[in-house]
Amino acid sequence: MAATDSTQTSATETTQGAPAARRRSGGGLKTAARVLKMLLGFYPVLLPAVIVAIVFNAIVQAVPNIFMERVLTIVQDNWQLGEWDPVAAAVLGNVTLLVIFYVLGLASNAFWQQAMAIITQGSLKKFRTAMFDHMQTLPVRYFDTHLHGDIMSYYTNDIDAMRQMISQSLPMLLLTGLIMSSVVGIMLFYSIPMAIVVILGAVVMAWATRVLGGRSASNFMRQQKAVAALEGHVAEAMDGEKVIKVFNHEREAEIDFDRINAEWETAARIANSYANTLMPILLNMGNLLYVIVAVAAGIFLTLGVPNLSISGLPLTIAVAVPFLNMTKQFAGQIGQISNQINAMVMGLAGAGRIFELLDEEPEQDSGYVTLVNMAVEDGELVESEERTGLWAWKHVHQADGSVDYVPLRGDVRMEHVDFGYVPDHMVLHDVSVYAKPGQKIAFVGATGAGKTTITNLINRFYDIEDGKIRYDGININKIRKSDLRRSLGVVLQDVSLFTGTVMDNIRYGKLDATDDECIRAAKLTGADEFIQRLPEGYNTLLTDNGTQISQGQRQLISIARAAVADPPAMILDEATSSIDTRTEAIVQKGMDALMQGRTTFVIAHRLSTVRNADAIIVLDHGRVIERGTHDELIAQRGYYYQLYTGAFELE
Amino acid sequence: MIKTLARSIRQYKRATIATPLLVTGEVLFEVLIPFGTASLIDQVKAGAPLPALLTSGALLALMALISLAFGAAAGLACSKASVGFSRNLRIDMFHAIQTFDFATIDRFSNSSLVTRLTTDVQNVQMAFMMIIRTAIRAPLMIIFSFTMAYIMGGWLSFIFLAVTPILGISLFAIIRYVHPIFKRIFHRYDRLNESAGENLAAIRVVKSYVREDYEIQKFETAAEEVRRDFTRVERVMALNAPIMNFCWYAVMVFVIGVGSYAIIDTRGALIDVGQFSSLISYGIQILMSLMMLSMVFALVTIAEEGANRIAEVLTTDSEIKSPENARTEVPDGSIDFEDVGFCYGEDGEREALSDIDLHIKSGETIGIIGSTGSAKSSLVQLIPRLYDASRGTVRVGGVDVRDYDVEALRDGVAMVLQKNVLFSGTIAENLRWGNANATDEEVREAARLAQADEFIQGFADGYDHYIEQGGTNVSGGQKQRLCIARALLKRPKILILDDSTSAVDTKTDKLIRMGLKDFLPETTKIIIAQRTSSVEDAERIIVMDGGRISGIGTHDELLRDNEIYREVYLSQNKQSHDEHADGLNDQEVSADGRN
Repeated sequence: MAATDSTQTSATETTQGAPAARRRSGGGLKTAARVLKMLLGFYPVLLPAVIVAIVFNAIVQAVPNIFMERVLTIVQDNWQLGEWDPVAAAVLGNVTLLVIFYVLGLASNAFWQQAMAIITQGSLKKFRTAMFDHMQTLPVRYFDTHLHGDIMSYYTNDIDAMRQMISQSLPMLLLTGLIMSSVVGIMLFYSIPMAIVVILGAVVMAWATRVLGGRSASNFMRQQKAVAALEGHVAEAMDGEKVIKVFNHEREAEIDFDRINAEWETAARIANSYANTLMPILLNMGNLLYVIVAVAAGIFLTLGVPNLSISGLPLTIAVAVPFLNMTKQFAGQIGQISNQINAMVMGLAGAGRIFELLDEEPEQDSGYVTLVNMAVEDGELVESEERTGLWAWKHVHQADGSVDYVPLRGDVRMEHVDFGYVPDHMVLHDVSVYAKPGQKIAFVGATGAGKTTITNLINRFYDIEDGKIRYDGININKIRKSDLRRSLGVVLQDVSLFTGTVMDNIRYGKLDATDDECIRAAKLTGADEFIQRLPEGYNTLLTDNGTQISQGQRQLISIARAAVADPPAMILDEATSSIDTRTEAIVQKGMDALMQGRTTFVIAHRLSTVRNADAIIVLDHGRVIERGTHDELIAQRGYYYQLYTGAFELE
Repeated sequence: MIKTLARSIRQYKRATIATPLLVTGEVLFEVLIPFGTASLIDQVKAGAPLPALLTSGALLALMALISLAFGAAAGLACSKASVGFSRNLRIDMFHAIQTFDFATIDRFSNSSLVTRLTTDVQNVQMAFMMIIRTAIRAPLMIIFSFTMAYIMGGWLSFIFLAVTPILGISLFAIIRYVHPIFKRIFHRYDRLNESAGENLAAIRVVKSYVREDYEIQKFETAAEEVRRDFTRVERVMALNAPIMNFCWYAVMVFVIGVGSYAIIDTRGALIDVGQFSSLISYGIQILMSLMMLSMVFALVTIAEEGANRIAEVLTTDSEIKSPENARTEVPDGSIDFEDVGFCYGEDGEREALSDIDLHIKSGETIGIIGSTGSAKSSLVQLIPRLYDASRGTVRVGGVDVRDYDVEALRDGVAMVLQKNVLFSGTIAENLRWGNANATDEEVREAARLAQADEFIQGFADGYDHYIEQGGTNVSGGQKQRLCIARALLKRPKILILDDSTSAVDTKTDKLIRMGLKDFLPETTKIIIAQRTSSVEDAERIIVMDGGRISGIGTHDELLRDNEIYREVYLSQNKQSHDEHADGLNDQEVSADGRN
């Protein structure tokens, strides 16, 4: 539970902390510091313990060289004797110490490996939920201005890259860094000139890694691009496969594909060539270094060059042998580092993008008027916890704290509203619309005329630039967004269904609705008939946004979902566009029943849906150009008349 | 399965065979190096003269360089072979898919074909690379290292034999344990991501219903499950390193302890100080190779399923093929259905179409109407043999469609599918799908006929306007008209429009139909529509209901005799019958009268 809390705090911390620094978050070091800080926040005890264990582990991996030197010195001094007993105690003593070190090392290694598994998955979960939680708070504008594919890649690619970084790269880099410095320390302890030979060799290897590794990284990026192009092409071709066949276009499709595939091959081959040759090169450079150190040792030994060392020990064969081992160890670590650095860079890039999401400004809401249920008690209206069907706006006045209850009637007025999605480009100009309680208001106009925009403003997906929108006389800016939206049922043209049963999806409108209520709503809206015919009826499982049923059927479910929510007012944005006309006739009855007594905003390109509205608002390029009932507008012989007679295309 | 996939190696056979050979060379020289260094150290110890020392040093360096050359060459050959193999696999699959019939495509589904062409191939490529390189290298390394260790250290080397099974068995046991769990939880992980994607797509609904907290709760629960599962597996996987270390430490302790004893006891006869460190080097190499081998095992396990899926595509045969001595000319546009029944899939339990008897004259205009699921599309898809009838015969131009060369038949029958797809490329390129050799004037003429010329001219770059992938930068109605123009360029004997003008306004719709009538009088035209106004002027209208023909006749006949048709018509034209004071419908009627 404590874990969950820390997610919450860290998420809010980051959102408040750094909106201004958003664009600068590219700095790798800064990102790394932030990742570490968050990890430390998630695991304030376990993570430091891991670090201690890794340090210990690194020392344990480096020190055996010392014991080896000691044992070898003993052996070297005594091997001609051919007698084991005199030296047994000394050798076994050292070996025992070694075993103790190893056992401790093993324990520390096992501990931090296990702990890192816990930390990695725990942190990833916290990152995931932090992203998701934060995403829920973002304004609709964010989703409209960011590609879904890009946002999804935060959850997939970026999290995966972070997983690699946290579980592998961070501990390995720490471990190898420590081992290397310990080994360098021990080398200097024994012989400074020999250590310099090893370090020089290592520098050359590091340089080779950088050159080859760097090239391999840029080639890798090129390969990624080629992969993306190939995958895009494959997706398009498979999607259009039936069209390809209808047009006998198979040969052309093959030629196109073969070309892009060949381009991929070139990029992939180059990238793989670099990657595949890097290891043998590093390995054998390690071998070369080994040989050089051996020869150097030989030269030092045979020429009797005086040894310079911290320990003051002379350079003997007993020093030379562990030195060679250390050389091998040292060279091996360089390969390790080169492996981890790529992963580290990718992980940090992923973390940077995740932070960008976490730093996005959440939706602002300064509304304080709330929506409550009212009940009649002793002839008086009082606030009720239960759902009574009687709604009121609870208006706590900020000045004196007095409470007003304004009955919800569904009177919506837009007055002189200007609005643009981007500052310089206004989409709505001086739009005024009045909906009296219970009226059905229809918006009509060509694509881009601003119909959907108006509904976006009423439920405050976007905030208006200028003008006022009042709901039962209250400025909607004063109404808490969640309550405003709860008062408006929305059915959109692009139906979004959730993975779950048909029943679950209808119940989404009112989470505590009984099965009976859901079925009643489905019957009311004409969805019941087709649901009954589904293989498992209401228990049919819908996945992938309900691809297994038709678009029209999905619309029916979304209408039933709105019906079960039973909201005081409704917005229907092309809600029946995909329902075939015969079914629509059935649905229409249900829709009429649903709209009865509710203020409803309807957008439709099928004029049959619009005809019986109390008022039809005709929009053109963000301006209201005509308004009136169907008969009035037909009589006017204006734009609506032209639309109605099919002179313009409506989509 | 292996045989099927191996066929895709082809021109990369040489690189494929060269890789293991080169790897063998690499390993051979690599293994000699510790042996050489051992004698070098012994030389040093014995106080050999400097020139001798340098000679052995140079010899060793040469071995390292040769090993490097072999290794690098192996790396290059391996890249060539594995990338090339992967390319060929994709080519073979893509080309195989081009021969698939609609039913086969349906059976596989688009998204699964995409996965097979991308992720599956990638995994197989990875496994292939491992098999020709690492799977050769690691065992060779183990054998050679052990041999060398035995030569140098005699019975001391048996410690490796003792440790190898411990490490080997535990590593493989871990993979065997973890892999099936991984498969299951990856599935769960995918679902978690899918649910994030679902939330993203539905964000307006979530916000409208104020379900943010509910969604967060749902996600939290799923994320917690994923965390628990993954932690469990990762902890098992995290045993790898300590086990490896344990073996490594055991070797070290044994070599140092027992080795010292052996040196002293035998006065350096069994092993000397120089060989001491080489023995340890061989130990490392053996352990590392075991580790690599377990990785190969893991990757091959992962790729196996993908390989099976790829093989499935490669071995699937299409049912719809041109017969021998096929007819290559469609004589005319007449169509006959004789007692046709059709069902999707093989089980054949539920017929989508039943008892269809229908005869359409060449040049006739036919309208088809019916509610969703009444099998309108299924009916017309039998004409260009997108599917084969399960029962009965479909004839085009008096010839059974199964006797035609498929390509010739589809050239004669143009079909605008309900699910329209334009491809990334210019408008002109898209239209020329209908006829690659069409002149600019022909392209424009087709576009004019489809009422598309005007809006195309409206684009700054006209016919060179670039259509984005998925045709996202043209509106639905524009897309439909482009698709009609594309089909018109084929100059077909039969033209089928499957609900192809649903997003086009009624006036334009009418203009298109009138154009078709004038421009393609010989062509049989079949128009599926939702609106009765789109089929009113057809010579005959077919009313479909539940996979059967409910009525055939002219507009007036059906209005009189067919209840479904009347119902649809009335629902769309309620106003004109309810209210008389409606000039606009009078006008439409009179316009109809004139045609």
